[in-house]
Amino acid sequence: MNLSTKFVQLPLILGTVGIALASAVLAYQASLIPVSHLINPDDLVKILQSSKGEKPLMIQVGSHVLYAQAHIPGSEYIGPASSASGIQQLRKRVEPLPRNKFIVIYCGCCPWSHCPNIKPADDALRAMGFSNVRVLYISDNFGANWVDKGYPTARGE
Amino acid sequence: MNQRHLQKKVVAGIVAVTVVIGLYVLNRHRAISPSLVVTSTEHPLAPDFSLSGLDGHTLNLSDYRGKVVLLDFWATWCEPCREETPHFVELQNKYQDQGFQIIGVSMDDGPEPVRDFYQQFKMNYPVVMGSAKTGELYGGVLGLPIAFLIGRDGRIYFKHIGAIDISSLDREINVQLQVQ
Repeated sequence: MNLSTKFVQLPLILGTVGIALASAVLAYQASLIPVSHLINPDDLVKILQSSKGEKPLMIQVGSHVLYAQAHIPGSEYIGPASSASGIQQLRKRVEPLPRNKFIVIYCGCCPWSHCPNIKPADDALRAMGFSNVRVLYISDNFGANWVDKGYPTARGE
Repeated sequence: MNQRHLQKKVVAGIVAVTVVIGLYVLNRHRAISPSLVVTSTEHPLAPDFSLSGLDGHTLNLSDYRGKVVLLDFWATWCEPCREETPHFVELQNKYQDQGFQIIGVSMDDGPEPVRDFYQQFKMNYPVVMGSAKTGELYGGVLGLPIAFLIGRDGRIYFKHIGAIDISSLDREINVQLQVQ
């Protein structure tokens, strides 16, 4: 193997490794959210049903068609945070709020590791300085992990 | 650097790439492992609907009675849906002469990204724009993808939640196509 062959092969190998890693990272966006940012559905239900404590502002950052079928009562639809318009709407909604406001964001469009919306939303809120944001951990989808569990659900716009 | 040393490095590089890709594929499979749910022993009739297709024409599900239909609820932003699409295109090609028809029901909020996706993925089956009402007709489509396999008699034989194992789906389609 001559020197030129060596210089052709090494970049190819490095490039392939890079693409594989980049694909893995993109596909697992939500999985990169630190566990400390998460809240489980049953813990959120306890907070919502408790007579004490601050109630969170809840924002759905996924599809409107899914929101119209079922959402957490009192939660607001903002738009898919995987899109620029969705992130813009999210920023606009929370801009006037104090940075220690308790906010819960959720999606549930897809299995957790494939959700394209939740990490961009979490990143955007933290970049704005919000320190009390929790991401609702929905492992499979909103139907299986919220509606089918019998947790409070609302329909409509 | 001698040739033997370089060969060792190349082999090590290939092994590293294989391990990374292997772990990636394994994790993806685990994360979107399909669930197959037999709807009921009674096989309910698939609710009929009339929805606008991307081409502007109205599609009535009842027009497909007599065919085996895969009704696929999906969206352009849903990654498992994107991964399934090329397989669905293949299945449509493979079985269309035997009376098989895929109908995509997009749960996107608007048709623009769907049109782009349709072209990009060279989809060969009709796609209509779904709504919350369509989802509710089918018991709530609260996560994607969800697909229903409908027999020639218009009844639902299988409901797939999450990404479909294509070889299992292929078998199910074959079973339904045998029923006249």
